[in-house]
Amino acid sequence: MTGLVLAQGAPITAPEVAYFAISPLLVVLGAACAGVLVEAFVPRHQRWAAQVGLTLLALVTAGVLLVAYARGGAPAATTLAGAISVDSPTLFLWGTLLGLTVAGVLLIADRSVEPGGAFVTDAAAGGSGRSGPVGTVQDRITAGRTGMQTEVLPLTLFALGGMMTFCAANDLLTMFVALEVLSLPLYLMCGLARRRRLLSQEAAVKYFLLGAFASAFFLYGVALLYGYAGSVRLADIAGASVASQRSDTLLFGGLALLVVGLLFKAAVGPFHTWTPDVYQGAPTPVTAFMSAATKVAAFGAILRVLTVAFGDSRWEWRGVLWAVAIASMVIGAVIGLTQTDVKRMVAYSSIAHAGFILIGAIAITEQGLSGTMFYLLSYGFTSLAVFGVISLVRDADGEATHLSQWAGLAKRSPLVAGVMTFLLLALAGIPLTSGFTGKFAVFSAALADGMAPLVVVALIASAVAAFFYLRVIVLMYFSEPAPDGPTVTVPGAFTTAAITLGVLITLLLGVAPTLALSWAAGGPFVS
Amino acid sequence: MNVSQNHLLLVLILVPLLGSVGVVALRANPGTAKLAALGVALVELVLTAVTWFSYSVSAAAGGTRFQLVFDVPWIPAFGTRITLGVDGIALVMIALTAVLVPIVMGSSWADKLPEGRTAAGFYALLLATQSTLVGVFAATDVFLFYVFFEAMLIPMYFLIGRFGGADVRSADASLSPKRQYAAVKFFLYSLLGGLIMLGSVIGLYVVSADRLPGGGTFAWADLQAMAATVPESVQIWLFLGFFVAFAIKAPLVPLHTWLPDAGAEAPIGAGVLLVGVLDKVATFGFLRYCLPLFPAASKSLAPLVLVLAVVGIIYAALLAVGQDDMKRFVSYTSVAHFGFIALGIFAFSTQAFSGAVLYMVNHGITTGMLFIAVGMVIARGGSRLVSDYGGLSAVTPALAGAFLISGLASLALPGTNSFVSEFLVLIGSYPREPVYTIIATVGIIFAALYVLWVYQRVFQGPLRGNAVMASVSGPGSVQSPTAALTGTGRAKSSFTDLDPREVAVLAPLVALVFLLGFFPGPVLDVINPSVVSTMQEVGLADPVQGVAR
Repeated sequence: MTGLVLAQGAPITAPEVAYFAISPLLVVLGAACAGVLVEAFVPRHQRWAAQVGLTLLALVTAGVLLVAYARGGAPAATTLAGAISVDSPTLFLWGTLLGLTVAGVLLIADRSVEPGGAFVTDAAAGGSGRSGPVGTVQDRITAGRTGMQTEVLPLTLFALGGMMTFCAANDLLTMFVALEVLSLPLYLMCGLARRRRLLSQEAAVKYFLLGAFASAFFLYGVALLYGYAGSVRLADIAGASVASQRSDTLLFGGLALLVVGLLFKAAVGPFHTWTPDVYQGAPTPVTAFMSAATKVAAFGAILRVLTVAFGDSRWEWRGVLWAVAIASMVIGAVIGLTQTDVKRMVAYSSIAHAGFILIGAIAITEQGLSGTMFYLLSYGFTSLAVFGVISLVRDADGEATHLSQWAGLAKRSPLVAGVMTFLLLALAGIPLTSGFTGKFAVFSAALADGMAPLVVVALIASAVAAFFYLRVIVLMYFSEPAPDGPTVTVPGAFTTAAITLGVLITLLLGVAPTLALSWAAGGPFVS
Repeated sequence: MNVSQNHLLLVLILVPLLGSVGVVALRANPGTAKLAALGVALVELVLTAVTWFSYSVSAAAGGTRFQLVFDVPWIPAFGTRITLGVDGIALVMIALTAVLVPIVMGSSWADKLPEGRTAAGFYALLLATQSTLVGVFAATDVFLFYVFFEAMLIPMYFLIGRFGGADVRSADASLSPKRQYAAVKFFLYSLLGGLIMLGSVIGLYVVSADRLPGGGTFAWADLQAMAATVPESVQIWLFLGFFVAFAIKAPLVPLHTWLPDAGAEAPIGAGVLLVGVLDKVATFGFLRYCLPLFPAASKSLAPLVLVLAVVGIIYAALLAVGQDDMKRFVSYTSVAHFGFIALGIFAFSTQAFSGAVLYMVNHGITTGMLFIAVGMVIARGGSRLVSDYGGLSAVTPALAGAFLISGLASLALPGTNSFVSEFLVLIGSYPREPVYTIIATVGIIFAALYVLWVYQRVFQGPLRGNAVMASVSGPGSVQSPTAALTGTGRAKSSFTDLDPREVAVLAPLVALVFLLGFFPGPVLDVINPSVVSTMQEVGLADPVQGVAR
């Protein structure tokens, strides 16, 4: 409480800062600020190289620092006057986020798939205008001269910084600030698409409006909880929930509002309505980054809040989250069946997956924690690679996301079809892919904690969802290609690297997940 | 435990797997790819023979549950290990697979592939299927079994979806979706079953974590040792999870509807493996997992299974009688036969168990042969419909003979292999389950009816039927069909008798039919010790002592 309640006039002592522990976070946020300066001062034609170099360097440096700190064996501790908790789950989630962002940045920075990069801020709608129809020789020349809008890279780093803070935040106010820091750049990034700009901007507005709503819910929840516990620290809320004589209405009202805000970010049904539109409208590389990393950060925060602050009262609220998990799985699996757009389909699949992850998150056991985090890691990379592949299948109008356009893809491009099939099987949870290992970890944790009915629902939802993954495989392999169907762009080194990374991790975590599982089981939350 | 790792089973899994990768690498040259695939399958056959002779019957009789054990840790966090080992039952199933795969390859050698598909892909998928099948039979870790059980789906799914439906000559536009439909239906049914089983697999792990001092495990032996202490109510739920998966896979009525579709649309080669071996995984699963791991539940739920089994025998037989599509016909006979196997398993006697296991082997051989013979008819006529043929024995006597032998074996004529197994099942089941056994016996009569009737319609009488006529004469010809096919017009007809390749494919099967019909001893000797162990694990004594051989 010292950091919050200071007597007037008392000498202010600066809080202890464990710089080494939070160094990855500092590097990321510092590089984001530096990126803004690069944008302002570096000549246009050098910006892309400078930004990409800076971003990747920052991510690698942060990763190295993270590994160094984790291997140093420093005890888990809170720092910044208890606002940030650097414990084993934090380190795992930070590692996951950094890895996902590396892959995401590779996709975002690629200029070979969409000539000139996927991002513009001021080109005319419809891909025509001053640079001519995209894909023409003239356009390539123009694009090569102007380069892409590189603001997107510092924005990515800001979002990453917010995410890292979000899942390490040990009090609700820090968490709220982190929520905004991660959300605002994402809103912007959604609206930057070079193609189908109306769709993209609609997505951004929708995401922003609903996101602002969710933030307000979150903030109301924080206020109620502060009223209940007299503190926004997670540990104090936990203490108050055991000892306090105040009305439980405040506690559970606050929890409900708080959780709505968090579930919104995690795209858990029934708070999912933004997901398909935003996933579809946003530039695909951004969707890839957003779908993977936001989920990790949001579930990281959900895990921490539920475990640390509300672990002792779990019998009171768990029924509600059972219902939410079931709703999410059913909505994702059933509505996913009717989708005709690949990106929307993957969006609904992500909603179903969010339901699966939530099952692990409400187990509130060591197994549940490690299983959920493993699931986040495995799902993140798979989903990122899926969007990477989607960005490759294109026709004259840009990405060909309508399912019918994917017919016979295996004949035109066996490798891409093979990779996509593998990733879809991973999403369906077939053994020897990370999807299966993750499901297994989460479901066994849930079953051990007495949630057998929920597991049964989850298994049935998995079977239903398998149908729409299967439908894509059927289209790619068993159908004849349409005569004027899309072509598969030969990806540049960056996109290839990102997809390869996702595929390798999906395979590795399916065949030999031991190492990642033991990292995920590194230790409990510290508050 | 790790004193002597035996890598033989691992090699048996890896050889076809690596072989399939190699075959894909050779796809630019289909001829070489086919030969390479056949070579791999023959190597696998030799290795299987080595395995067969490495297996010690006396050690099994002495109480060694699994032999040729290979055991390394896999995912310690889940307590899973890569543990391979065989008992007699698994060994004969692996042997069956190894025998059938080269035969299947031979029978598919001249298959027309759908447009744009390469032979290399087909043969690679066959080898991949074989690899997962060996894995399913050899796994003695429940998690590993589950992994192979699911992995098995994928190559078969592509076999049906990519290569199916090409045997019908008419360029029917509606064909392609039908094949996709069959493939997807197969995959979804199996996946649903698999996921329900996954629930039980996880449940088993959680139960074992509560009960075993060493924490949760998937090791079959530990779980079996624990089985008696698990309350029946828990057992029933876990049993049902496994049972539904196996009932779909077997398939038992009413979960059988995917099989006729998949069987009809699958290319013959894949169909033989699907009906001959893949579906046996289910009955194998009953014997290896349902009974020993959930003995109390198996006993209390046996009536349910028996009812389904007997209903299946009669119902599928009736459907088989009514089929015009020959491949669907074979699929339905197979559903009926699975009823017999399930009856033998859930009658809980040594004889019936032995009979059921032998039935699994024999059914693989006879139904495989029937499927291949049907495929040869279809390859000649370009139609799957019985009504498109007639009187073929006049032009293709050897094919007619092969078809008849497989048909008679399928209806369990004495002297053929199926007779021994069917007899053992019925005689072993009668003391404990007289009513169900008597009803099942009626199925034998239907079997005679459907087999002989199809034979009569396709092969006997005067030459007739659209497919036959179409192949005989060009438009406007008024030549007598018999004369055309047997006389001067024969050269241009597609209805020629068996060629040497087809003889080479069918001969080993015919030999096996009679060999196992007269001398089932060597196979039964391998099966019996494991069957006795299974009986002990179930914890029941034979209802009639002293009848067992």
